[in-house]
Amino acid sequence: MKDKILEVSAIKDGTVIDHIPANSLFKVISILRLEKNEGMITFGTNLESQKLGKKAIIKLSGIFFKDKDINRIALIAPEAKLNIIKDYKVIEKRVVELPDEITGIAKCVNPMCITNHEKIATKFQVTDKKDITLRCIYCEKITDSEHIEII
Amino acid sequence: MKNKSLVSITDFSKDEYLKILETAKEFEKKTYQDLLKGRVISTLFFEPSTRTRLSFESAINRLGGKIIGFNDSYSSSVAKGETLYDTIRVVSNYCELIVIRHPMEGSARYASEITNLPVLNAGDGANQHPSQTLLDLYSIQKTQGDLNNLNVFMVGDLKYGRTVHSLLMALSEFHASFYFISPDELRMPEEYKSHLRNKKLTFHESRELDKSIRDADIIYMTRVQKERFSDPIEYERTKNAYVLKNEMIEGTKPNMKILHPLPRINEIDVGVDQNPKAYYFQQTENGVYVRQAIISLILDL
Repeated sequence: MKDKILEVSAIKDGTVIDHIPANSLFKVISILRLEKNEGMITFGTNLESQKLGKKAIIKLSGIFFKDKDINRIALIAPEAKLNIIKDYKVIEKRVVELPDEITGIAKCVNPMCITNHEKIATKFQVTDKKDITLRCIYCEKITDSEHIEII
Repeated sequence: MKNKSLVSITDFSKDEYLKILETAKEFEKKTYQDLLKGRVISTLFFEPSTRTRLSFESAINRLGGKIIGFNDSYSSSVAKGETLYDTIRVVSNYCELIVIRHPMEGSARYASEITNLPVLNAGDGANQHPSQTLLDLYSIQKTQGDLNNLNVFMVGDLKYGRTVHSLLMALSEFHASFYFISPDELRMPEEYKSHLRNKKLTFHESRELDKSIRDADIIYMTRVQKERFSDPIEYERTKNAYVLKNEMIEGTKPNMKILHPLPRINEIDVGVDQNPKAYYFQQTENGVYVRQAIISLILDL
């Protein structure tokens, strides 16, 4: 019986990010800048998941995240769960939470927005966390969940 | 307000609106004052503008200040491919305040992040034009004596019209009741209606001006542009319903005034111009006093 605990216990200390939608794995890697991380990292994708259909998982040895950094993935992996591992044991479980402000992840839907014409990091206020709604702090237009495009 | 940028009408509080209106009243009494003598303000108009630019330049001139700037990005460094970032960085070394109009939405907010100088937004695309809103408020206060509890009719393109959106936000601080009159395709966006609901203010929506116009204290007209319609037949069918004529305002309240941000094309019949209820040309005069007030308060003159 190979369950999740067994997979998780494969690392001694670190973080497991579970329940990432499979098609968002590479965006999560990029948002967390894992390509620049030198720690030992294992990726799994297209794993069966009742909740998500196909899910992805990332195991990071010796790597721990601050809330503010991990919450950056909430936009594309709102169901993601974190298991914090110390000495092969899950010592803490965390969920991601959408921050009040999002910088540099999503694109503003408004073609006339200055952020789509000059080299500027986009900045949004999150005006609705359930049905994700972003308000551009520059052009003040709303980008709703249907139109969110990750940069 | 000292050194504060004015990008969006909601950057300022109700008290700050009132302070600007009070100061504008002083400038109306005595408009030529040498408060800006020997000082330099930039007016950067990345798209051509006549009324707004002349109004700002008149305000600065009446304060005795000097102006540097341009009125067309094709003749400026922008044509050579300079970014807004670089232009603002450079111009910041030349003046004390930047007045900017730019076709991209959010450009003025971005400019205010680049420089330490105060930035005055003179229109960023279809987004914000706060000095217009303040001059609208001044015109309303001046003609009605009081900004509170007014019946405000907004007519025409309520979907894309930035002036009506900003005016709605400002007047929602003064317990106004709103009447939105527009074709179906150009109705007031939901976000503004929900703002009014949250503030527990009443609003009515209708497709045509009817007898309710008799309750109006202010009629704020906007232009219904043909290119806003997906169906040209729909435009032809509805356009005349949004042209204000003298017979439509018979029986309205004696204090009622008609405002329009201008330029007018045909949405107010020229016959109305002589009607004492027409106020759109005086409105532009008020714009100069209001802009004098905004500049003098931001620069703490």
